[in-house]
Amino acid sequence: MSNETFSRADICVVACAEAFRGDGELLASPMGTIPRLGARLAKRTFEPDLVLSDGEAFLVDDPGAAEPVVEGWLPYRHIFGFVWHGRRHVLMGATQIDRYGNQNISAIGDFQQPKVQLLGVRGAPGNTINHPTSYWVPRHGPRVMVEKVDVVCGVGYDRAAALGPRAARFHEIRVVVSDLAVMDFDTPDHRMRLRSVHPGVSVADVVAKTGFELVVPDEVPETRLPTAGELRLIREVLDPDGTRLQEVPG
Amino acid sequence: MSDKRTTEDEVVADLRDGMTVGVGGWGSRRKPMSLVRAIARSPVRDLTLVSYGGPDVGILCAMGKVSKLVTGFVSLDSIPLEPHYRKAREAGLLEVVELDEGMLQWGLQAQAMRLPFLPTRAGLGSDVMRINPHLKTVRSPYDDADELVAMPALHLDVALVHAHRADAQGNAQILGPDPYFDDLFCMAADRCVVSVERVVPTAELASGGPVQSLVLHRLMVDAVVEAPGGAHFTSCEPDYGRDEAFQREYAASARDDEAWAAFRDRYVLAPSHGAYRRALAGR
Repeated sequence: MSNETFSRADICVVACAEAFRGDGELLASPMGTIPRLGARLAKRTFEPDLVLSDGEAFLVDDPGAAEPVVEGWLPYRHIFGFVWHGRRHVLMGATQIDRYGNQNISAIGDFQQPKVQLLGVRGAPGNTINHPTSYWVPRHGPRVMVEKVDVVCGVGYDRAAALGPRAARFHEIRVVVSDLAVMDFDTPDHRMRLRSVHPGVSVADVVAKTGFELVVPDEVPETRLPTAGELRLIREVLDPDGTRLQEVPG
Repeated sequence: MSDKRTTEDEVVADLRDGMTVGVGGWGSRRKPMSLVRAIARSPVRDLTLVSYGGPDVGILCAMGKVSKLVTGFVSLDSIPLEPHYRKAREAGLLEVVELDEGMLQWGLQAQAMRLPFLPTRAGLGSDVMRINPHLKTVRSPYDDADELVAMPALHLDVALVHAHRADAQGNAQILGPDPYFDDLFCMAADRCVVSVERVVPTAELASGGPVQSLVLHRLMVDAVVEAPGGAHFTSCEPDYGRDEAFQREYAASARDDEAWAAFRDRYVLAPSHGAYRRALAGR
């Protein structure tokens, strides 16, 4: 790829696609522009059996297509049954996330009278306790990657461990993809670990922009670069209008 | 058979201060807005709202009608955060029971089946249990002995939902892609009010769409209000989409008291649904 140019957003799309590698035939639920592009890219390349939704009530071959082919009906009335059934992997946003992967999208400050009211817990508690979850952080910084989240919506590894192995048997946080790096929880006590840094980002940058102590291995590889085929798909087919650059500029 | 047709104002005249009101739809999708505005212009207050929240919540909060909200989120979809709701929350004006979206469904389902609770794994380990200390867990009586959240039944005094068609007896049809939880709202309520785009003869229901669209039955519907455009500015596919320009105007009115007063007086306090539609036409 040395003679190709690519943007940070392209790297993030591929990293989000990688989050779904190995998932096979399950409902991939990406939230956000770049996660959605990532899921579509994964389906078109290495995970062709992924099931995608149009964001409303239909399962479709490609939610970004002009006229997607409908392959199923999944209204909200049936979504939670499906979540609880477990054949789903969600890639959600996080206004705050801590070292164990506890996530907040509800409120900043005191819950009774928040400093900032956010969306609400939405489906995060049910998602995280029932099926694999990954997170997308479009602006990696110490106000997002925090020591302690104000309201635990998505359940992290320490909370899951406290529930005991049986209650937590479906809990798995796979990766956190940010605009700077990819993180996972592949440590003995499931603390967040730096898995790779995006091209042009140093380990020191990531550490400085993380509000808690990140586990940093001796060798931190660079995040996988897009292949020529992936770049062509992203630019010409999946996102010709460049919406990904609004989420991660530059 | 009884003719259940009535008007928004007659429906709201039966509401009492302190009641629990469930509102169907989802976010800024198929909300019974003509009924919501009728509440907004009435003297009723101190309501507990149960809703997958959208502008129903924002408007009623801005009008000072809500003392408690039971919800999983409040959003305008294309505008992720509901600005009027944010304002009320950040001023500490109401109590909020925030639940996982699936827990909310389970609470309505439990009430619909007259059960005290339904068990679920959703909520375990999260702060939903901390911010709602009334929630309890239950242990499975079987060999697994799993500890689960006992989601309590959510009883509604009144449910308000918006559908596409209904007959005068209260059989209602949802022609859009998603029925959301409207049938559960109806069955969890002592009294259920359906506003519809159009009241039609019963025979036109099954001829006007697939039989699977006939999801609200007269068994669970007490009143029918004909309100063409009644979900405006939320979406009511396939009859009409969301009025995004108007929604932006609504959101912008949270900017300051003056902007809100202008929006409120012109639209929210329009004396009837007809007057509201005339105000829209005059834009």
